[in-house]
Amino acid sequence: MMNNPSAPAIRFDKVSRHFGEVKAVDLVDLEVGDGEFFSMLGPSGSGKTTCLRMIAGFDRPTSGKIHLYGQDVSSLPPYERNVNTVFQDYALFPHMNVEANIAYGLMVKNVARQERIKHVEEMLELVQLSGFAGRKPSQLSGGQRQRVALARALINHPKVLLLDEPLGALDLKLRQQMQIELKAIQKRVGITFIFVTHDQEEAITMSDRIAVFNQGKIEQIGSPSDIYERPASSFVAGFVGTSNLVGGEIAKRTTGSEQTFSIRPEKIHIGSMSDNPASGMISLDGVIRDVIYLGLFTRYLIETEDGVDLVVVEQNLKSTSMDVLSAKGHKVRLSWHQDHISRVGG
Amino acid sequence: MPSKSSDTRPRASWGLKLAAFGTLLFLHFPMWIIFLYTFTPDETTYTFPLPGFTTKWFGVALQRADLWRSLTLSLQVASVATAAALILGTFAAAAVYRSNFFGRESISFLLLLPIALPGIVTGIALRTAIGGLDIPFSFWTIVIGHATFCVVVVYNNVLARFRRTNATMIEASMDLGANSFQTFRHVVLPNIATALLAGGMLAFALSFDEVIVTTFTAGQQTTLPIWIFSQLSRPRDRPVTNVVATIVILITFLPIFIAQKISAGSSETEGETK
Amino acid sequence: MLNRISTYFYQRPKLVLALFLAPPMLYMLVVYLGSLFSLLINGFYSIDDFTGIIVREFTMRTYTQVFNITNREIVFRTATMALVVTIVDALIAFPLAYYIAKFASPRLKTWLLIAVTIPLWSSYLVRVYAWKLILAKEGILSWFINLFNLTGALEWLLGLPGIGGSSLSLSPIGMFIVFVYIWLPYMIIPIQTALERVPGSLLEASSDLGARPSQTFRTVILPLAFPGVVAGSIFTFSLTLGDFIIPLTLGNSKFFIGQAVYSYQGTGGNIPLAAAMTMGPVVIMVLYLLIARRLGAFDAI
Repeated sequence: MMNNPSAPAIRFDKVSRHFGEVKAVDLVDLEVGDGEFFSMLGPSGSGKTTCLRMIAGFDRPTSGKIHLYGQDVSSLPPYERNVNTVFQDYALFPHMNVEANIAYGLMVKNVARQERIKHVEEMLELVQLSGFAGRKPSQLSGGQRQRVALARALINHPKVLLLDEPLGALDLKLRQQMQIELKAIQKRVGITFIFVTHDQEEAITMSDRIAVFNQGKIEQIGSPSDIYERPASSFVAGFVGTSNLVGGEIAKRTTGSEQTFSIRPEKIHIGSMSDNPASGMISLDGVIRDVIYLGLFTRYLIETEDGVDLVVVEQNLKSTSMDVLSAKGHKVRLSWHQDHISRVGG
Repeated sequence: MPSKSSDTRPRASWGLKLAAFGTLLFLHFPMWIIFLYTFTPDETTYTFPLPGFTTKWFGVALQRADLWRSLTLSLQVASVATAAALILGTFAAAAVYRSNFFGRESISFLLLLPIALPGIVTGIALRTAIGGLDIPFSFWTIVIGHATFCVVVVYNNVLARFRRTNATMIEASMDLGANSFQTFRHVVLPNIATALLAGGMLAFALSFDEVIVTTFTAGQQTTLPIWIFSQLSRPRDRPVTNVVATIVILITFLPIFIAQKISAGSSETEGETK
Repeated sequence: MLNRISTYFYQRPKLVLALFLAPPMLYMLVVYLGSLFSLLINGFYSIDDFTGIIVREFTMRTYTQVFNITNREIVFRTATMALVVTIVDALIAFPLAYYIAKFASPRLKTWLLIAVTIPLWSSYLVRVYAWKLILAKEGILSWFINLFNLTGALEWLLGLPGIGGSSLSLSPIGMFIVFVYIWLPYMIIPIQTALERVPGSLLEASSDLGARPSQTFRTVILPLAFPGVVAGSIFTFSLTLGDFIIPLTLGNSKFFIGQAVYSYQGTGGNIPLAAAMTMGPVVIMVLYLLIARRLGAFDAI
């Protein structure tokens, strides 16, 4: 197997997957770099999981090619690809204990027993489950099973590790802890991770780069801050965090172009009517229609003089609920920096 | 029946309880009667109360060569029929489970027919076919007949088990480097093992006990049920028949009982890992 | 090497499906459906009255014979027995099924259901044999009857035309008792299943609306249990229709369908007639199954 060391870890070349009339994946091109933590983000049915399955080999593209470090793997079965998966439901083998589960990939390659045991111990240490070798999956908690699934995949030193919404079943605290641990493990083993999730917060926390999927196509690929601060489409602006979309007349008046732009709620500053915005700032007047106090921050719904609603979010650095709620009905002058807008086209 | 304070069920009237348990008694007492009669010294009649008490008939039965031949034949037929049923039933279950193809519903219906239609229909049908093709009636014609209704028992068991397993496990196995054969050996087989065992035992008991289809598909062979059947219409060896009857109860009861235990106990090691 | 074979099949799922499906389907189609077809065909053959050899030429003669007086009587006799057995089994099964479904604690319910299915696990033949013992003239039942001085009543019963006989163990009455006994579990289980599905809240609602327990029973429980009864009746009716062991063991010279078929193909060697007569139960059962499906029986199995 010829490996091109300078080739990207994964390359999709106009990959499509059709199910009859339905285009689950529609002419997708993407490249994942060696050693990247790459996330595929999108709502259910957007095609991200289908893409993952095609990388793993459980699904064949209807057209297009998939390359693994330069080698075309499109028609290879899963067991011939040097790619491993952590499944959403972990899929541990219930009739085997933790050690046998983890060693499975080595066992089918006829690795000697002593060596298997050694590698299993290394893995258990990596995922912090030393001493659990003899337990059965039914005796483990959700978080522990997830780590066994991770160890089982990593022990084979795959070129790419695929993770299919692995944290979905964990409660919030555990999920946040696992996010940190997964990132740390990835740095340690240096393998390319491809992570599928519908949780944009998760993707932003963990990824080097994110691909945002929508209805079988990729809307945008970029770093977390790219995606967040400069969303390329209204879908990305709305799916990753919340955003205000401003177009038409107001856009023309405030920015000189009619093209719709997105501005994040936290980037808008609420000032009094007597404020004089500095240069480089765009401003708009309006009335506070609704105030929602959320502890850490407050969400304001402001109706501008043109009748458009904008959502503004402000941290409650000094004010209390009493202070903010009394702001309802006040006239205010909004302002934001012109660099903070992002054109979303159309 | 003690009533718990959290019991929200209504209380049954005494009449209902009596009727219920009476029915239960009605269902069970005949088998105890047989067991009782194995001890009667009376050779020619079924007199009650028993004129005496003896265990000699057990010894007599053990000496009967024709009984041993029949027993052996029954065991052989049941074994081969079960083996065939295991293979055919598992194949069918695998096909139905894995794919949605045209005619899927009909497969289950077709496999069910031999059990759903009266035994005499299967028996006569096979008789006309075998006779029509001028095939001699033999051990193999018996087995062929038995396999038709044994397949569905294995099929149902294995299919139910397939439906309860986590399909992602097979993907996981392949993902980790195992090809289809290795996956079958290390992941699929251990998971359906108990279903195969339970289905196999049921098929075995079904075949061992069968008499209607057997009478139509056997040549000169005498299986144990056929032996008993001949005793039913022309009783010659009453006491020995009693012993045989008791033994048959045990031989057919045990596999089914074990199969039940296996099916019930296996819910712990099923493929539900979440 | 194995990897290559595995990959070959992995990329051709339709081929794998065909390979899995072929053996069982071929077997069932060739052996079972083939035999059924042969059964149908044989009814169109006839037997040469002189030589006793089967004449393999199409004729309606054999099927016509099925409708002659003797055979009509046989079918009528068998169908009547099947009907009566079904009704009595339903009546006997109901209290136990009702109790298990509605009044037994979960633990007791498990044990009771096992207790009901145990007889099904033991050999059918042996259970019939047991009744030979019980019904024998000198057997346990007679002893009981003597005890209660009911011998006269028994003799009167045995003297009745049509259902009486020389003794309990050789009479339609005897057959009737054994039929009722042997199919009873097949009736209990579907009724129990159907009753189990009646939510307790329905019964509470009924009494809340003012119905007395007996009214609730008649208007709510009974109709909802009916599909279960129909499901159970499929078994009792069909099994009785085709059975020849019990009539042979406990019956007299008045044949039932099963006996007739058995004897026609046995000593008579008249396979065509046996085949033709068997089509009778097949047709009846198919019709019955269609009606039962209409009445919702298949939801209760």
